[in-house]
Amino acid sequence: MDVKYTHQSLSSYTGAALSALWVGLRFSLILIVLCGMIYPLVSTGLAQLLFPWQAGGSLIKNSSGTVVGSELIGQSFQDPKLFQGRVSSIEYDGAGSGSMNYAPSNPQLMLRMQASLEKWEMNNPEVALNQLPIDLISNSGSGLDPHITPQAAEVQIPRISSLTGISVQKLNSLIDDATTGRDLGLFGEPRVNVLKLNLALQELIAVTKQ
Amino acid sequence: MSYMDYLEMLVVIGVILLLVKPVGTYIYHVFSNVPNRSDRIFGGMENLIFKLAGYRQREGMDWKKYMVSLLASNTVLMTICFILLSLQQWLPWNPDRIGGMEPSLAFNTVISFMTNTNLQHYSGETGLSYLSQMMVITMMMFTSAATGLCIAIAFIRGITGTGKLLGNFFVDFVKAIVRILLPAALIVTLLLVALQVPQTLEPAAAIHTLEGSVQRIALGPVASLESIKHLGTNGGGFFGANSSHPFENPSGLTNAIEIWSMWVISASLPYTFGLFARNKKQGWVIFTAMFILFVAFLSLVYFSEQAGNPLIHTLGVDASQGNMEGKEVRFGVAGSALFTAVTTAATTGSVNNMHDTLTPLGGLAALVQMMLNVVFGGKGVGLMNMMMYAILGVFICGLMVGRTPEFLGKKIEAKEMKLIAIAILIHPFIVLVPTAISAMTGLGYGAVTNPGYHGLTQMLYEYASSAANNGSGFEGLADNTPYWNIMTGFVMLLGRYVSMIALLGVAGSLMGKEPVAESIGTLRTDNKLFTGILIGTVLLIGALTFLPVIAAGPVAEFLTLK
Repeated sequence: MDVKYTHQSLSSYTGAALSALWVGLRFSLILIVLCGMIYPLVSTGLAQLLFPWQAGGSLIKNSSGTVVGSELIGQSFQDPKLFQGRVSSIEYDGAGSGSMNYAPSNPQLMLRMQASLEKWEMNNPEVALNQLPIDLISNSGSGLDPHITPQAAEVQIPRISSLTGISVQKLNSLIDDATTGRDLGLFGEPRVNVLKLNLALQELIAVTKQ
Repeated sequence: MSYMDYLEMLVVIGVILLLVKPVGTYIYHVFSNVPNRSDRIFGGMENLIFKLAGYRQREGMDWKKYMVSLLASNTVLMTICFILLSLQQWLPWNPDRIGGMEPSLAFNTVISFMTNTNLQHYSGETGLSYLSQMMVITMMMFTSAATGLCIAIAFIRGITGTGKLLGNFFVDFVKAIVRILLPAALIVTLLLVALQVPQTLEPAAAIHTLEGSVQRIALGPVASLESIKHLGTNGGGFFGANSSHPFENPSGLTNAIEIWSMWVISASLPYTFGLFARNKKQGWVIFTAMFILFVAFLSLVYFSEQAGNPLIHTLGVDASQGNMEGKEVRFGVAGSALFTAVTTAATTGSVNNMHDTLTPLGGLAALVQMMLNVVFGGKGVGLMNMMMYAILGVFICGLMVGRTPEFLGKKIEAKEMKLIAIAILIHPFIVLVPTAISAMTGLGYGAVTNPGYHGLTQMLYEYASSAANNGSGFEGLADNTPYWNIMTGFVMLLGRYVSMIALLGVAGSLMGKEPVAESIGTLRTDNKLFTGILIGTVLLIGALTFLPVIAAGPVAEFLTLK
């Protein structure tokens, strides 16, 4: 009797599982269409309609109308006449993102930082080392960080001023224009957008040359 | 300016405290099956879905049938998504011509997203077509979150109700999506787009930079994924760098919105539970225990990151910002620490800074929250795990004073305790055993990229994250290999479903019992004393299982970092 009873309940479970699979399949297909197609496509439509610039990646143009980048994606600046951004192990390649993930105890981290320091000291002899903020020699998480701290922009003024001949006051006001405060005075940190800053600086250099 | 740091964290936490009651009440109304206003708004859409699915009966299910339905629909979704990922190169919406996914990676990915883990061994920019991002990733973010909500609601109905029936899985499943996740996701999506998160089907942009080189910028339907990624405590990013990527999280304000999104439902569920139990104090006791643990771990991350890396202090630069390696300037230490604490508490697993680069004690806080797996916890399962500890606490205290343990007026007996023992033991088992195997084999250890004690932590973190269905990583780990894909795939499966089945079994068993009258000898579970018992039980079990391995990983790194 016992054996037969187990057998019966087993087959009724298989039946229940099969019918649940069949019902599950029907719901799954509907939800794939609803959540995987209708929802993202409706979102895209509304986004493009209401906020086309933001939805398209916040691309910014120079004064002659050419797109020079995205406000949100940092660029690599090697020219010492321009402001430098944060360390990026991916060289600001916007097709990817990420970093080397060096642990605090990884010897490679200290080697990389010492190399950054040597380069910094060579290019910026006017500035004492204890003025250099840590964000300029640390790798951002995304490798695409478009910002530096206001202090990190200010310590680059002596170098840029002596290379370009642009006055310290002028450079300070460029930094002020490219600085954003905390959102709603509360969220996030004050920051300088390096691309916008260099865009303004480049146009100023061009004007001075003429 | 550390007082601004405190103010920012206090405001973000304060908003959550204000949201707990209204959101918890709304969730209660959605699942109480008592007619209410949300029927009028969403009833029509639900009826259409049931009609299309040809599903008429909608009768109640006992716990076994509920569980079978849940497992069946999850299995179907995983199968379909595996096929979609493998064939993505031949499917539409693939403007950047991305190839099909390798089988072990697709195996890992579908499990990862169905189990609400969102461990990612691929990088979104280069590994997924837009169709896969929408139909697989975004869709599974809804369905896995809904699965978690359903199981929590069924569990709550079980331990607070009587009879046999827990409700109908498919009805709960559809309700969770239509009445909670979809409308919330649509609102958050539009907010994020307004704040500059992209939402487009255009291919990657190619741009001539200021210095004259060409920069390719990956784009896509980011915002619609970003919103449900957090609302559903999923955590898988559109891009490899996740929420540290400026397109996923462009500002301090979007950072706050993402924190609120991932936290609000998990934080509100204890209140929902209080309403079901007709004892709001009971809900607040559970919430308070979670909240106290959270504040402790947040403090550990924040102060440790603010203190920074002692090695860097020897360089003589201005390190007053704290540990900025792996962090973004717009978030700073406060915005990063808060995100890290919430994402590992609510087991979302999104990151706005690289956890591999956290200071040893900052990383430890993230790791321990996943090991405990009860500090708010993922969509639904966090609450269930905390209730499991509550029952265990009642049981231990009952034994100490020599009385039959009771919880919510039901006797806790051998059957429940056996199931709870399974649920408690499976978690350390699937964290520690695979870590040990990986440390001993070349296949496992070969993925480690940071030397020394931190290397052990990398592997430990990967399995703790998989088992807790969190999904964040010490991302330096080179984990896209068949070995790691398959190992973590199984850990995620076991971590998700074993405790779910065991705990729903507990609920089913308690539901069938006659309620016992409260007497003077009953241990009250809705007062401050029990909050303390609950925290004590969680920490005791956690310390007993994980202390040795923590000492060998992050603690050893901390002590030797000079």
